[in-house]
Amino acid sequence: MNSLLLSVIGIGMILAGYVLYSRFLAEKIYALDDSRPTPAVQLEDGVDYVPTNKFVLWGHHFTSVAGAAPIVGPAVAVIWGWLPAFLWVTIGTVFFAGAHDLGALWASVRNRGRSIGALSGRYIGARGRNLFLVVIFLLLLMVNAAFAVVIANLLIATPTAVIPTWGALVVALLIGQAIYRLRWSLPLVSVVGVLALYALIWIGDSAPLALPETVLGLPDKAVWIVLLFLYAGIASLLPVWVLLQPRDYINGLQLFIALGILYGSVLLARPQIVAPSYNQEVPDGTPSLVPLLFVTIACGAISGFHGMVSSGTSSKQLAKESDARFVGYFGAVGEGLLALGAIIATTAGFATLSDWEETYQAFNDGGVTAFVEGGGRIVEAGLGLPQSLAATVMATTAILFAATTMDTGVRLQRFVVQEIGDIAGVRLGKLVATVIAVGVALALTFGAGADGSGGLLIWPLFGTTNQLMAALSLSIVAIMLIRRGRTPLPALVPLVFLGIVTIYALFIQLGTFWSEQNWLLLGLDLVILVAAVWVLVEAVTAMSKARGYDGDDDAELAELSEAEVKERT
Amino acid sequence: MSGRSRLAGLRRGLAEAYAAPYRRTLARAQREEDDLLMVIVMAEALGVPGPASFYTLELLPAVYDEVHAWHRRMGLDSSPLEHLSCC
Repeated sequence: MNSLLLSVIGIGMILAGYVLYSRFLAEKIYALDDSRPTPAVQLEDGVDYVPTNKFVLWGHHFTSVAGAAPIVGPAVAVIWGWLPAFLWVTIGTVFFAGAHDLGALWASVRNRGRSIGALSGRYIGARGRNLFLVVIFLLLLMVNAAFAVVIANLLIATPTAVIPTWGALVVALLIGQAIYRLRWSLPLVSVVGVLALYALIWIGDSAPLALPETVLGLPDKAVWIVLLFLYAGIASLLPVWVLLQPRDYINGLQLFIALGILYGSVLLARPQIVAPSYNQEVPDGTPSLVPLLFVTIACGAISGFHGMVSSGTSSKQLAKESDARFVGYFGAVGEGLLALGAIIATTAGFATLSDWEETYQAFNDGGVTAFVEGGGRIVEAGLGLPQSLAATVMATTAILFAATTMDTGVRLQRFVVQEIGDIAGVRLGKLVATVIAVGVALALTFGAGADGSGGLLIWPLFGTTNQLMAALSLSIVAIMLIRRGRTPLPALVPLVFLGIVTIYALFIQLGTFWSEQNWLLLGLDLVILVAAVWVLVEAVTAMSKARGYDGDDDAELAELSEAEVKERT
Repeated sequence: MSGRSRLAGLRRGLAEAYAAPYRRTLARAQREEDDLLMVIVMAEALGVPGPASFYTLELLPAVYDEVHAWHRRMGLDSSPLEHLSCC
């Protein structure tokens, strides 16, 4: 099959989902209502609650949710062939991710812009909040460990990306200064920043850097991992305007540019897909497609992380309720397109089937490296860049996405550690909390495999935790729908599906870790399993309780918002 | 739309995209710095000898408006200063 045809079909399916299904959700299920003031309007304070233009809001909603995960997941999952991954990404985006992201945004908007954590307190009960903390702690832990390994692997596989990766930090630092001290205007800063980034890629391409194979007795991969965590720890302690803010901004621009480069190249090069549609001869040791596909691709099909962004920040900036359809659902659409791009790069970016099979020799062998290789070849054919430059562009893109997520992940983990400390009655300082956050992630990375090779073993576990988070948000959405006497099916069907695949996948993984005698991951798997059962039990109890609810949830919430408005004045 | 207003729109949109995700963090950082300044300015009035009080004395009127919000944030129900009752 030609990759152009596949992308047209995929984009068509996802856009049809936006035009048809999201309209149905917005009108019939969530009943978005512009006469109801949003928290941004009602509680406007110029800081958290700011009514924002929907296109701008979509821009930072999308750049916050899209990262390396929708690249890594599909790049691993195409080992079963392109068709299963393609179907899960397209159908998942339309019926799972879209409904979930829009639902979480709606739930939070109706609840004064509160986070999913606070919502679980209201709709599930006192234990809901603790449950949320446990799930989010695990999620961030795995994001940080897995992404450190992803970056380290890429830095070793593509030494030309070393200079742009670390140079991007300098660019971000300078941009922060240009904006705050020199007062440069943003269009100028954007152009200069992006040009500087691409200049670094060009320099890096002609000056590859690699670490010696061992430094102080540690293998090179382990050294990169330690350096990355050291960096992430320091970055999360710096004032945000110094590094994280300009870095996020440039990465956001880069996300759009990279998507443009990738799809533009597919359009120009129109490569044939060489990978099989359904791979019947998967390498030994590849787990079975059901259920592992559904946890390997989390972001790009459905991801609990989106619910956190929806409920944490976006919901406080929505100018009117009907904008939620564009911001929430179309945010999922953007992520789905990124995942689709990753599928195409890893299946059509190889010259022959045997090249592809050579890359995908074992489960987890392909991954981002395959994305860099395949994507690089498509860009080479499409835009006529030299091969190594094209690969450097792809590698740098993937690394920057992963690194920004890691920066934010470490920072958020610090807050979670502090919050857990508060509940336990211990006050943890910034530094101590950061050291704990970085320490556990490092311990997990190295505990899973002594040279840091274990990080990617965590990937399916990361997927399960992410789906668990989504299940938690979906159950809140379902409870709210039941309370309003509407059908909860659009949330309930994905919820049941996720419940089954996550628990099934966790059991399969238990067996794998048991036979590999990897006790650390076995223990972690058990913890997630307990959390998963806990989420489902709480959700079922709360839902059956919600059926007997005869109050008016929206009226109660309106009262609460008015009380909050009064309290502020 | 003319080119100029389009550029202005672009500039506003980019500025919003740059600032919005970090507005809260920056506001909190600013408040922490303001609180520190408050302690320095109010040091003498609170009975703590401050070496810079000769200079900070003239800042006192400038911070009066903030005293109420400040002492509430510091967990004091009423103003810690006898000569300054704000609530």
